[in-house]
Amino acid sequence: MQGTSATEDVEIIRPNGGGPGGVFGGGNDGYGGGQGNDASGGRASVPQRTYITGMTVGLGGVLMFFMALVSAYIVRKGMPNSGWAPLPIFPRILWLNTAILLASSFTLAHSRKLFRAGQEEGFRHWWGVTTILGFFFLVGQVIAWGKFASAGVYLSTNPSSSFFYVFTAAHGLHLIGGVLALLAVLFRPTHRLTRGTAMEVVSMYWHFMDVLWVFLFLLLILGR
Amino acid sequence: MSAHAHVVPHEPTGFVSKYIFSRDHKVIGIQYLLLAMTAVVIGVILSVLMRLHLGWPNMHLPFVSGGLMTPEQYAALLTMHGTIMVFFVLTTAPQGGFGNYFLPIQIGAPDMAFPTLNMLSFWVTFLAFVSILVAFVVPGGAPISGWTSYTPLSGLGEVTGPGEGLGQTLWIISISLFCLASLLGALNFIATTIDMRAPGMTLFRMPLTVWGWFVTAILGLLAFGVLLAGGVLLLLDRSAGTSFFIPAGTVVSDQVQPHSGGSPLLWQHLFWFFGHPEVYIAILPGMGVASHVLSTFARKPVFGYRAMAGAICAIGFLGFMVWGHHMFVSGMSPYSGFAFSVMTMSIGVPSAIKTFNWLGTLWNAKIIFKTPMLFALGFVSLFVSGGLSGLFLAQPAVDNLLHATYYVVAHFHLVMGVAAIFGIFAAMYFWYPKMFGRFMNEPLGKLHFWFTFVGAYLIFMPMHWVGIAGGIRRYADYGAVDFLKPLQPVHVFMSIAAFVTAGAQLFFLWNFFWSLKHGAKASDNPWNATTLEWSTATPPPLDNFGGHYPSVYRGPYEFSVPGVTEDFIPQQIAPAQVGRRKQE
Repeated sequence: MQGTSATEDVEIIRPNGGGPGGVFGGGNDGYGGGQGNDASGGRASVPQRTYITGMTVGLGGVLMFFMALVSAYIVRKGMPNSGWAPLPIFPRILWLNTAILLASSFTLAHSRKLFRAGQEEGFRHWWGVTTILGFFFLVGQVIAWGKFASAGVYLSTNPSSSFFYVFTAAHGLHLIGGVLALLAVLFRPTHRLTRGTAMEVVSMYWHFMDVLWVFLFLLLILGR
Repeated sequence: MSAHAHVVPHEPTGFVSKYIFSRDHKVIGIQYLLLAMTAVVIGVILSVLMRLHLGWPNMHLPFVSGGLMTPEQYAALLTMHGTIMVFFVLTTAPQGGFGNYFLPIQIGAPDMAFPTLNMLSFWVTFLAFVSILVAFVVPGGAPISGWTSYTPLSGLGEVTGPGEGLGQTLWIISISLFCLASLLGALNFIATTIDMRAPGMTLFRMPLTVWGWFVTAILGLLAFGVLLAGGVLLLLDRSAGTSFFIPAGTVVSDQVQPHSGGSPLLWQHLFWFFGHPEVYIAILPGMGVASHVLSTFARKPVFGYRAMAGAICAIGFLGFMVWGHHMFVSGMSPYSGFAFSVMTMSIGVPSAIKTFNWLGTLWNAKIIFKTPMLFALGFVSLFVSGGLSGLFLAQPAVDNLLHATYYVVAHFHLVMGVAAIFGIFAAMYFWYPKMFGRFMNEPLGKLHFWFTFVGAYLIFMPMHWVGIAGGIRRYADYGAVDFLKPLQPVHVFMSIAAFVTAGAQLFFLWNFFWSLKHGAKASDNPWNATTLEWSTATPPPLDNFGGHYPSVYRGPYEFSVPGVTEDFIPQQIAPAQVGRRKQE
């Protein structure tokens, strides 16, 4: 753009919005969808890569929230006279749930690969499988709560059970959002956000929630 | 390169979509500002009531049942004043208000990256504000545990006092909502700054205001999630019988509380891990505005621009390492106390860089003393005098003596409260012509400045002395304690100063609303400033630039460049377009 009039003929799409020398340039290829103007004729469009940035940043905030809870767990457990008693039961279904969630990450990765290869049918199939696995995980978590409750272990029974419920509830709420997002990619076309980007963003979120659960699960087992 | 036909976006037509549930960052910015203005009026009224009671503890007040204010009512005023001011004024106005309005324009973007999220963020903040206000009128009234809501006081419910029932629950709900809204806002600010900059707008061509908002957003993103986690746990302690924060054997009013083994210190750690960055969330945008305004009215580039940007980052980074200095007297290992102390004092380095660079910017300048400039200069003055006492408080040995006294109150009010407010005022007088197309009245503005500036020092300088003399904070009645009685006349003095200063804010409010209709009309670039918001129409069109998006060719503060006809070169002016004097 150098040497041209500054205010007359600048395109509204900024493929390298960082500008010359921008530190954060590039990285917007390969997300499957089209780039640039949105067809709806609304406001000037946002580069698709911004959604990736937004999700990355947002996950940073989510991570801080969970790390605060985890720090509280470690501090509270280490208190003198903490009254801490390890969870009296650890239902086997939690292992199954963990396996289901891990599997969902693999089906998701597979689905994403098919999308990028242009195989719409396979993509929809495996994306649907992922959604169902996510739903099973949530149901499994509720069953695990039921097992705890029938063993007389409630939120306020012991600090260890308090943290168990807090971790699973906070993670579960985030995962409900994840399942809804998976469904949205399948059923609701978007205007500003291409489906390729939507798929990328939701994948990031889902894998993050998966790894986060594995971390919390290990903390609950190894740190009890 | 051919001109691209640009589809000019349609203005939303309905009143609701245009002004209420608007996705336009400019409207949202003004909504935030109006919310902050409402909040600041309430916050000031609360502080006037407190000063009234502190100055004349035995005065009968017509609106208090029984006539005399109880210590609990005083504590409720104190809690609500702190909460409303810190969250809904100091966090909301500079970042949510001015940041929202001007960050996209200053980087040459049509809007925030996620406009709907932006709208959501405002309305959740609004809900948070409503729930904190409702706490005034519920049974038991407003909470009494301070804006820090220390446990166990805040975690046990009604048994610990009026306002600790529903009022405290509403406080937690309000603050949790506020955290959510701020997280959404922070995400938006960061993504916008990273991805939406105009061609040529490199990181080191961003105005220092943008640096301030950007780093503030990063702080918000990392800090508010932690407070949210603390809020969730505190709510469970209160309503679900868990024991995260309440120790075993806590006895209130001769009743043993049914909690076991929790840690009040855990709440303090979670709170201050948020709370210290929060201080910088309030002040960093003000620093950006001060640099921006000083440079514009000194007609000189910011001295050491890169050092200024670096210092903002350094302050933001160090801000996360020092939360323990709020807890020196809470019981802390001397080793961690020492570590927190050294980290805290090291913040003096980037702060000094900023201060000296502000002075360097002013050095040898032909300063134009307009109202925004006066407030920016006031900001520097208050930041220095409020910040220096921080170095004393950073040392555990000194802090042990001063922590529970008015010295700390004076310190944080000067540096976090008044300095940040001066940043907000500077921004308001500076950008008012861009937002509303008219100037604010200059003589009224100057009157407002001098009353506020002198008034702030008259309130808070004596407060330091009260603190050094052992004046304990949060006490409702100095007359009731023998060794504090001699300090009572100082309280009377501070109260009178506070009333005059609070009254002088009417100059501002009158000026703000009067100038909307009757202010002198402003051109598109009335201050001869250089950044992109002055390159567009006043007020800016819906997409900020009317379809002609700027490219950026230079840094943000090119004032008084030698050999150039005008004493400023806007960022969007190409090198070939710069008017030059003939060689002599």
